[in-house]
Amino acid sequence: MDRAKLSFFRIIRSKLSGDFIFEAVVGFFALCILFLAFLLFRELFIESGLSRNSFGLGFLTTSTWNPVSEVFGALPFIFGTLVSSFLALLIAVPFSLGIAIFLSELAPEKLRTPLSFIIELLAAIPSVIIGLWGIFILAPFIHDYLAPPLSTYLGFLPLFQGPMYGGLSMLTGGVILAIMIVPITSSVSREVIMTVPTHQREAAIALGATGWETTRIAVLPFARSGIFGAVILGFGRAIGETMAVTMVIGNSPRISESLFSPSYTMASVIANEFVEATSKLYISSLIEIGFLLLVISFIINIAARILVWKLLNVEGGGVT
Amino acid sequence: MKWNKRKIIDRVMSILTAACVVIAIIPLLSILYTVIINGISAVNLDFLTQIPKPVGEAGGGLGNAIQGTFIVVGIACLIGLPIGILAGVYLSEYGQNRFGRTVSFVADVLTGTPSIVAGMFGYTFIVLYFGSFSALAGGVALSVLMIPIVTRTTEESLRLVPGSIKEASLALGIPKWKTTLYIVLGTARSGIITGVLLSIARISGETAPLLFTSFGNMFWANGLDKPISTMPVQIYTYAITPFPDWHAKAWGGALILIILILILNIGVRFVTRRKYGM
Repeated sequence: MDRAKLSFFRIIRSKLSGDFIFEAVVGFFALCILFLAFLLFRELFIESGLSRNSFGLGFLTTSTWNPVSEVFGALPFIFGTLVSSFLALLIAVPFSLGIAIFLSELAPEKLRTPLSFIIELLAAIPSVIIGLWGIFILAPFIHDYLAPPLSTYLGFLPLFQGPMYGGLSMLTGGVILAIMIVPITSSVSREVIMTVPTHQREAAIALGATGWETTRIAVLPFARSGIFGAVILGFGRAIGETMAVTMVIGNSPRISESLFSPSYTMASVIANEFVEATSKLYISSLIEIGFLLLVISFIINIAARILVWKLLNVEGGGVT
Repeated sequence: MKWNKRKIIDRVMSILTAACVVIAIIPLLSILYTVIINGISAVNLDFLTQIPKPVGEAGGGLGNAIQGTFIVVGIACLIGLPIGILAGVYLSEYGQNRFGRTVSFVADVLTGTPSIVAGMFGYTFIVLYFGSFSALAGGVALSVLMIPIVTRTTEESLRLVPGSIKEASLALGIPKWKTTLYIVLGTARSGIITGVLLSIARISGETAPLLFTSFGNMFWANGLDKPISTMPVQIYTYAITPFPDWHAKAWGGALILIILILILNIGVRFVTRRKYGM
């Protein structure tokens, strides 16, 4: 090798120390994360262009979904997603709070870790298996044991009127979502409650408060915003959840007052119809629903993390 | 001890909150019970080694779906692990700046990406480009879900490495990159492996991202650019048919899948408890 070339490499070498190269390489992969988020939005935004141009904002307020005449409106799915997710929160939040309080404040020390492990195990079960259980166990159970008393005693409300076909209904969708979000809502709430400083509790105990009074007066007010974050995080999960809901909600694009009638969610219409969608406009409309889902879940997750991070106050946060 | 109203309320609330825990565990037990009871009668050697038979014909199995799940998850790991782990290294070792905090936040928010949206991304990004459903598209869709999880868990386990170990290495004149590569990563190895295994457990059960990326296939895998059968999708396909024989196969598949995932989950917890005992 000639002399000039050699000195060139020597200069390069001195500039490019191992540290510089290593930091550049790992930094590149960190950049990939931002690029991935950007790509997600870009792909779905571009591919939904046809639908946005054809329907504009009316897409969000039209309740017709007719692949034959190519008129697409997402309202029934937005309705189904919101109602089923709120229903899930209504059921899951009291339970999650109870679980979080019990496992962080009131339970005997020895039971806390194993019990919270068991509850979090539920989150590890694939949603298609929960859906399978939903079809064959939960839906018949709700049809036979939950719906009859509801329509007998609360039948004066439009919510609990009308027939239920084989248990595939909005109610079943809400219950299955509730089961699926309890692990995340309760474990984040528990983490938040555990960050409440011990002196808060000690002060209450020193005044003679019982265990529950300590929790109510000294712990819960302190953890309120974080618990709210946990609830929003659960809501985000419920909105994006696909398979289990698709399998039990009945998949019928209509807006009904009754929780007993079948419904459809944004995620489940995509799961059900995407492969069969033939026309470009049909596919594009489904992708627009996916795009909406992505935007909503991003906003929800950002809000939840800000609320939870502020409280946990850990460098870089620590909640997954 | 005298019983007054306050003590009674205290006791009642303890019982009520404990009841919440008990009620929350019931669905889990019911799911495990029904999957085991219904699944065990469907699983035999043929079930694990053969491909599906047309409806009406007895026998056949999910062999190709098991193979396909390993292939698709393998592709996801090939894409997701390098990106996830190295990005995690950056965030923990060099990420004390605006860029690092932004990436960390975005990664955290990405863990909440709806799985069906990840599937849609695999479709628009890979399927539309190559013009066919493929194992590759499925792997890409799963890696979207995997990357943020691995990034965050790697970052967190690297942060647990005591500063004194790094300083000792730097004091010996070892450059920072070698310290990070050999000392820090070595110390945090079990934490990183835990995160990786948990993320694999999470994505192996995902159905929604695979519905229109890897699609499905009634035969053995024949190339990464072709549709491929996977266990979650196969369970879903069988579950929504009206045939009792296929329902039994769905339960059998569910049993296999749940065993794989629970082994990963429970195994990991035991390993970590030994290592990072409280």
